[in-house]
Amino acid sequence: MANARNRLDDFAVGLATWVIRLRWIVILAAIAGALYVGQNAQKLEYSNNYRTFFSEDNPELKNFEEFQATYTKSDNFLFVFVPKDDSKVFINRNLEAIGQLTEEAWRLPFATRVDSITNFQYTYAIGDELIVEDLVPEPGATSPQGLLDKEAAALAEPLLNGQLITSDASVTAVNVVLTYPEKSLTEVPEAVAAARALRAQIEEAYPDLEIYLTGTSMLNNAFGEAIQSDFKTLIPLMIGIIIVTTIIAVRSVSATFATLSLVILSTMFAMGWAGFVGIKLAGPSPSSVIVILTLAIADSIHILMSARSSMRAGMAQREAIIESIRINFLAVSITSLTTIVGFLSLNFSDSPPFHDFGNISAVGILAAWGLSLTFLPAILSVVPLRVKTVDESDRGSFLRGFANFVIANNRKLFVVMAAVSAAAIAMIPTIELSDQFRKYFDPRIEFRSDTDAVIDYFGFYPMEFSVKAGEPGGVSDPAFLEKLEEFTEWLRAHPSVVHVYSVADIMKRLNKNLNEDKPEYYSLPEDRDLSAQYLLLFELSLPYGLDLNDRINIDKSSTRVTATLEGEISTKDIRQFLKDSDAWFDENAPEIEGPATGPQVMFTFIAQRNVESMVTGTSIAIVLIAFIMMAALRSFSMGLLSMVPNGLPILSAFGVWAILVGEVGFSVAAVASLSLGIVIDDTVHFLTKYMRARREKGLSAEDSIRYAFETVGAAIIFNTIILLAGFLVLTLSAFKINMELGMLTSLTIAIALVLDFLLLPGLLLMTARDRKGTEAVSQGESHATA
Amino acid sequence: MLLHKNPFRAKTLTFAAMTALISASSALADDPAARGDTPESQKGYDISARSDRSDSGYGDSKVDARMVLRNRAGQETVRNFSFTTLEKETEDVGDKSLVVFQSPRDVEGTALLSHAKILDPDDQWLFLPALKRVKRISSSNKSGAFVGSEFAFEDFTITELNKFTYNYVGEEELDGMTMDVIERFPRYEKSGYTKQKSWVDQDIFQARKLEFYDRKGELLKTLILSDYREYDGVWRAHTLSMVNAQTGKQTDLVYDTYSFKNGLDANDFQQGILTRLR
Repeated sequence: MANARNRLDDFAVGLATWVIRLRWIVILAAIAGALYVGQNAQKLEYSNNYRTFFSEDNPELKNFEEFQATYTKSDNFLFVFVPKDDSKVFINRNLEAIGQLTEEAWRLPFATRVDSITNFQYTYAIGDELIVEDLVPEPGATSPQGLLDKEAAALAEPLLNGQLITSDASVTAVNVVLTYPEKSLTEVPEAVAAARALRAQIEEAYPDLEIYLTGTSMLNNAFGEAIQSDFKTLIPLMIGIIIVTTIIAVRSVSATFATLSLVILSTMFAMGWAGFVGIKLAGPSPSSVIVILTLAIADSIHILMSARSSMRAGMAQREAIIESIRINFLAVSITSLTTIVGFLSLNFSDSPPFHDFGNISAVGILAAWGLSLTFLPAILSVVPLRVKTVDESDRGSFLRGFANFVIANNRKLFVVMAAVSAAAIAMIPTIELSDQFRKYFDPRIEFRSDTDAVIDYFGFYPMEFSVKAGEPGGVSDPAFLEKLEEFTEWLRAHPSVVHVYSVADIMKRLNKNLNEDKPEYYSLPEDRDLSAQYLLLFELSLPYGLDLNDRINIDKSSTRVTATLEGEISTKDIRQFLKDSDAWFDENAPEIEGPATGPQVMFTFIAQRNVESMVTGTSIAIVLIAFIMMAALRSFSMGLLSMVPNGLPILSAFGVWAILVGEVGFSVAAVASLSLGIVIDDTVHFLTKYMRARREKGLSAEDSIRYAFETVGAAIIFNTIILLAGFLVLTLSAFKINMELGMLTSLTIAIALVLDFLLLPGLLLMTARDRKGTEAVSQGESHATA
Repeated sequence: MLLHKNPFRAKTLTFAAMTALISASSALADDPAARGDTPESQKGYDISARSDRSDSGYGDSKVDARMVLRNRAGQETVRNFSFTTLEKETEDVGDKSLVVFQSPRDVEGTALLSHAKILDPDDQWLFLPALKRVKRISSSNKSGAFVGSEFAFEDFTITELNKFTYNYVGEEELDGMTMDVIERFPRYEKSGYTKQKSWVDQDIFQARKLEFYDRKGELLKTLILSDYREYDGVWRAHTLSMVNAQTGKQTDLVYDTYSFKNGLDANDFQQGILTRLR
């Protein structure tokens, strides 16, 4: 083993020497390679479709795709009109604005349907004539009595009241359905730009109206906007942090320049690769840039700090660089490898953007590893490194004192740390999985601020049901219609539901209209043929785009019921609603059950699906990383023991999160394996030094702990600060998934430092006492082979 | 009606000769508002007029039709109906037609009588056998989906010559034939379309393909007309396939054998006839 280590040292020295000899070629090759690969980054595109977050096999996505293929696609804009002067909707000036927007909205890119209170297909009877016309045929020119009548008609209409007009007639909405060809990523931004221009145009012409813009198209666009906003703010911030941290750590402008070059080249490799393989950036995947910048810098800092201390000890610049590569080769390689394993395990996630996030980060870390051992020594050998003789005895004595304190109090600290961790971990079950797509964005993103402004008026989350009549034409069957009506009424009575759209209401209205508008006929037709013929008559009367094809399937064997849930509903209550509706079908009409579907149904289960799929990924990462630790420490038992300081931080972080925040989105599934790959670095450094002291120097456990603190304590603290800085930058993301990812990982990294310093020494001392005999034997063996 | 439009046997006649021949017919005077005043609009109008007028004198026709609807999920459903048409008396009015549904069972016997107009909304009445009553459909909107299909009712009355203004685009190859390509623009209100584009072959002068453009000027639907058969000088397409470019839904309309000159007259297309159909 010692031979192997010597061979490794020889290799590292040989590599560093060779690199320094060919320094200009290495530098140019690295830059040329990064440019060559990096140019592919131009091909990178932003995804703007929430469906990106679901794998093709995701059962909720499959249901929804099937549903949309049967009825219609569900992408929409919702324009919400709030009169600023508290006027009612039904005054001519407001109706004119609504009518104008309704008319213009048909011309928005990809618009296939526009519904508003002005173009609602109002039906009534005059003798044997069925009149089907716009509720407000000439918006802006309605008589005073007409306005009262129209308002009464709109509020009496179950399909409008609560959906497009509030029950006090103070706020109204226009819904625009879009059918994207999904051929180009510019479709959504194009439609959104047009919708915003239309809103601006109407707002300018009607300054008394405030118009808010929301809907799934705005949601989709928000994904792209959040990425752009992040790129604009987070990356410059991260670059600034790199410069400041490096200058503090190595106190050299040229070394900072070298580090900055390295992290930028690493990022170019990673993003170029991502562009080359055709990744579409979405959600967490663009954060890989921040992750690479953060993790790439750690390697350089270790190498630079070692070189600097060698130079301070009197070594010449190039020798110091070679020595630094020799010392750090193994540690840098192992820490890179474990981090790569952690990120690659994200491929088990059910959410494809997490695969991309893991893979891009892994490529970047790989590039940073390679560049740290080649490009970095090369560039350091051509820039002047000046070493100021700074007295570091303060830092050293502080760490020595700290080590003594920890050793003296190791049992107490161990017990306290273990108890605190256990208490935190005990809280994990109280974490509530919560994914409300409205809250994925912070209020910087218009989708969030506009949606928040209108959420109380019309609810927000549509739950779609495809209720089955069982046979072609079955939607006209009176028995089915009765069940449909019961289901509709049950939904209306449910506390979470604010509006229900059901063709049962259309059938009742038609029955009344076709019986001279006699109120007693406002009921379901009792004859199948009659219902079918009513529908036929109604369909023949509807204008372009306002047909029933989005409500009844083509052979009329099923119909769509939409229940809109209140906007402030929690994911837990949505799950409860879904359980309730399942139970209703099971008890009352199992034969007509169509499971609830829709975007929010997909997001309601996304965390659960991802946690389930990541169990395998995380387990594999844990096992692989444990093996890597065993190999690195050349000890089975130390490898196993290392899993305590490696695994405990993430569990404790979840516990702390449970206490402080309480709910978390689907990013939670990814945090465990990726942070495991990161926090392990500290343990690797601490334990390798401890083991070297025990084996090579024959020191006692206590002295080995002191040695570890003195040699790598500072580096571990620095490393932790850099990692914290990087992941805290992520918490500034406009996208909540990234924010939570950054926050949970930061928390894990901070806890890892505390546990490495306060709990690990106690653990090492305890095992050393327990197994004095065996340790002595293995020490003997180790010396024998040396 | 577009769905059974006409022919010209005189394949050897030149366009100019034919135009002269048609112009000579006193009953068929061009509507100057529809014909326009640019060479392109007039050429477009003339070619369309040639198609529309070529079967004048067909009298009346009866045909059984089958409509197959398909959605993007691959589900399929069939509707059957019979279609009776009475030729318009002049180009100032449209054809009269009667659609009687045979299936699905629950709408069997439901009958739709239409008196097509040129620029005003059509007059329409529907007989509902379950209600045993005739209901006048008072809607200015005839552009919605016809019985849930990809056809709109206005697609059936689409070759009423004077409902449009025209623009001749040029010649184009399609399926090995040279086609005249013509754009036309609805003159009537409440159309679901801003533009249609038709491909008319130079052989039997029939529309082979039609594109419908929506209110934002985007392609909405494409209609392919095929299986043209000749009935004593009158050509009829027997398979019409409409594909919605935006939703991916499709409707095929397949006609059985036509019978012409069944001796029908305006009395067979009065509102009162609806209650006496069976």
